[in-house]
Amino acid sequence: MGDSREAKRVRNLLAAKDAALNLNLDLSRRDVLKIAGYGSLAAFIAACGGNNATTTTGITAKGGTMSLGSYNTDPNSKKGTQAIVDAFTAANGGTKVKLNTVDHGTFQNQISSYLQGTPEDAFTWFSGHRMRFFADKGLATPIDDVWDAVKSNYTAGFEASIKGNDGKAYAIPTDYYPWAVFYRKDVWSQHGYTVPTSWDAFKALCVKMKADGLIPIAFADKDGWPAQGTFDILNLRLNGYDFHTELLTGKQKWTDQRVTNVYKKWSEITPYYSPAFAGLTWEQGADQLLRKQAGMYLLGLFVSDEFKASGSAADLEQLDFFAFPDMGTQYDAEKALDAPIDVYMLTKKSPTLQTDLGQAKAFMEFVAKGSTQVLYWQNAPGSIPTANDADTSTYPALTKKAVQIVSQAKKITQYFDRDSRPDYSGPNGMQGFLLKFLSNPKQDTTSLQGQMQAFWDSLPPE
Amino acid sequence: MANTTARVAPARTQKAPEAGALVNRRKRRYTLLTRHDKILIALMVGIPLTLDVLLVWGPTLASVGLSFTNWQNIGPITGKNFVGFKNYQFMFSGYTLFWPAFTHNLIWLAWLTLIATPLGMFLAVLLDREMRGTRFYQSVFFLPVVLSLVVVGFIWDLQFAPTDGFINNALGTAKSSNLIDWLGNPRINLFSILIATSWRHIGYIMILYLAGLKSVDPSLREAARVDGATEVQTFFGVVFPVMAPINVIIVVITAIEALRAFDIAFITNQGKNGLELLSILIYNNSISEASLVGFGSAIAVILLLISLVPIVAFLSRVMRTLA
Repeated sequence: MGDSREAKRVRNLLAAKDAALNLNLDLSRRDVLKIAGYGSLAAFIAACGGNNATTTTGITAKGGTMSLGSYNTDPNSKKGTQAIVDAFTAANGGTKVKLNTVDHGTFQNQISSYLQGTPEDAFTWFSGHRMRFFADKGLATPIDDVWDAVKSNYTAGFEASIKGNDGKAYAIPTDYYPWAVFYRKDVWSQHGYTVPTSWDAFKALCVKMKADGLIPIAFADKDGWPAQGTFDILNLRLNGYDFHTELLTGKQKWTDQRVTNVYKKWSEITPYYSPAFAGLTWEQGADQLLRKQAGMYLLGLFVSDEFKASGSAADLEQLDFFAFPDMGTQYDAEKALDAPIDVYMLTKKSPTLQTDLGQAKAFMEFVAKGSTQVLYWQNAPGSIPTANDADTSTYPALTKKAVQIVSQAKKITQYFDRDSRPDYSGPNGMQGFLLKFLSNPKQDTTSLQGQMQAFWDSLPPE
Repeated sequence: MANTTARVAPARTQKAPEAGALVNRRKRRYTLLTRHDKILIALMVGIPLTLDVLLVWGPTLASVGLSFTNWQNIGPITGKNFVGFKNYQFMFSGYTLFWPAFTHNLIWLAWLTLIATPLGMFLAVLLDREMRGTRFYQSVFFLPVVLSLVVVGFIWDLQFAPTDGFINNALGTAKSSNLIDWLGNPRINLFSILIATSWRHIGYIMILYLAGLKSVDPSLREAARVDGATEVQTFFGVVFPVMAPINVIIVVITAIEALRAFDIAFITNQGKNGLELLSILIYNNSISEASLVGFGSAIAVILLLISLVPIVAFLSRVMRTLA
């Protein structure tokens, strides 16, 4: 849920309802086709298509049909997905793509049932633990052949992000966005602030900002997931990538002294947070930065959406960011950060996948192209293309810097709720625990850490 | 029973003119129902019963069954999934959200019973007095009832927002450093959403009670007035007892509203940080991406047991009146 689209769900409630309505219509239509029989489905659509004859070349096929389940319901990303689909149809001999767009939150919540039922051939998803989980359960089709054809277009970091626990490739990474500390250039130059590179300088800056009447750090955790970004970066800086990933997958204990240290360090900056942060949405936090009330904001690149929504291009031009400061540990050198990667995957149980496999693989190859990803980025600029051959010449400075900060990182994490199991990271678990910690950051966290571990231990084996 | 029928049946048939025909059938159970009646009854009982078993008792029993497993909505349920009472054990001892959620449901019930419902009844009594503008007030108070709770939650979300919200700005606390965090402070946010719930609940109760008041025989009040009773005496001594059937419905509705509370807390912050409710725990565990279906079912079973209390109380009362 560490995702702008997910968070926007609450705000765009009515829009989401519309999306759900679309889903129903699609489902009923699909049901009708289902009654007609899976066997005749492909033939039926092909017959309607007329000249959509399938021609197979190696692993991919032109013409024919395929289906895609998408969670991109945000207006921008929805437009972007449609643009990709249209371009694919044009480039692949008129392949008809049946696009089923489902509200982002609904899609995420129903993913287990979706993948076990009668899903589309391809679907949008996240990399990281959430991808490996469904790969392990045999609900995704490995695409090593496609990956071998496109992997020269990707860096090693991306390759690692789409490998299952069995070493097979399961997804095509298409876009990502980094988490960093955002600020307004005009506010900073007005007060003469400089980018802090150490923890002490960061805290000193907070003191200065407070004296200048600013909220030093905008913080908004009503949605529960934004606090996990701060936990991630503090744990990465203090205890390193290996400990972080092991902790999130249960190989380390939450009662560990190293976790206690994270909360101790965290409590040093909580006095500089927005007042009443537990009642603020991330958009309201972004507004504090936008309206020059707050000095800094640790968030994903999607904070720029809010600056764009202000309608003033000048605001967006003032937006800048820096990597979270070093904490003086050996792990500073990792330059690790959260940069969630969105991917396309193939399902396993799609009734049409056998007939459409060639087209679906052609689609996977197509979305691995830089030109395709730029097409999407033009519609949804918060999502940076992942392919090496993406044309970066039209990137604005903010995007260029985001690319740079990620390429400098030696370790990349996917965000707490994509790196850990969803039952642990959700409102029931870590979201609630972190809010409990934040309600009194100076508390002795021993019992809270005990609760975190007890909750982990109570979860059934994955 | 069989004996009685056997004894009564011949006694009756002796008097009947076509007794000879009936003697042959004596070995069958005597019945007054024709074949047509039997088919009709079988259909009238059978169809609702089948639907009830399929749609209500089936899922209920399935939930009870699932509550003894750790099934995660993936793959078939095998013997390995059965964990006995582990879910219940963890719920009562290790799960830090269960007792808060339980308490919040109780607070919800107490608030609705002691504050919102009496307020709604009070408004109904006032509006019943045919003062000027009754219709206007009636529609104003009733307006929130036509909104879904999700919309109500959304509206109040905007009112309660810490910096942009109407309430903090009206109180002048929005700019201060210790502004009131209506929805984020776990000590007060439950009461914030209870205010939002009451906004709708009061109108609902008001309209129900008003309808009841209108049906009270005016001659009763006249008689009370003639006897020299005050307004208060008339209400509590005459009108209130006469309204007994409506009162029962109001009590049941209030209890049900408290038990099914979900929407407002969920739309506010997915029911965490002080807004935990049993229904939300069920959702967050079993229906969300978490897919802890077994554990969620265990919570659902507990909620079912709690819900049975008002249902049984209501039904036993209804049965008693019928009998």
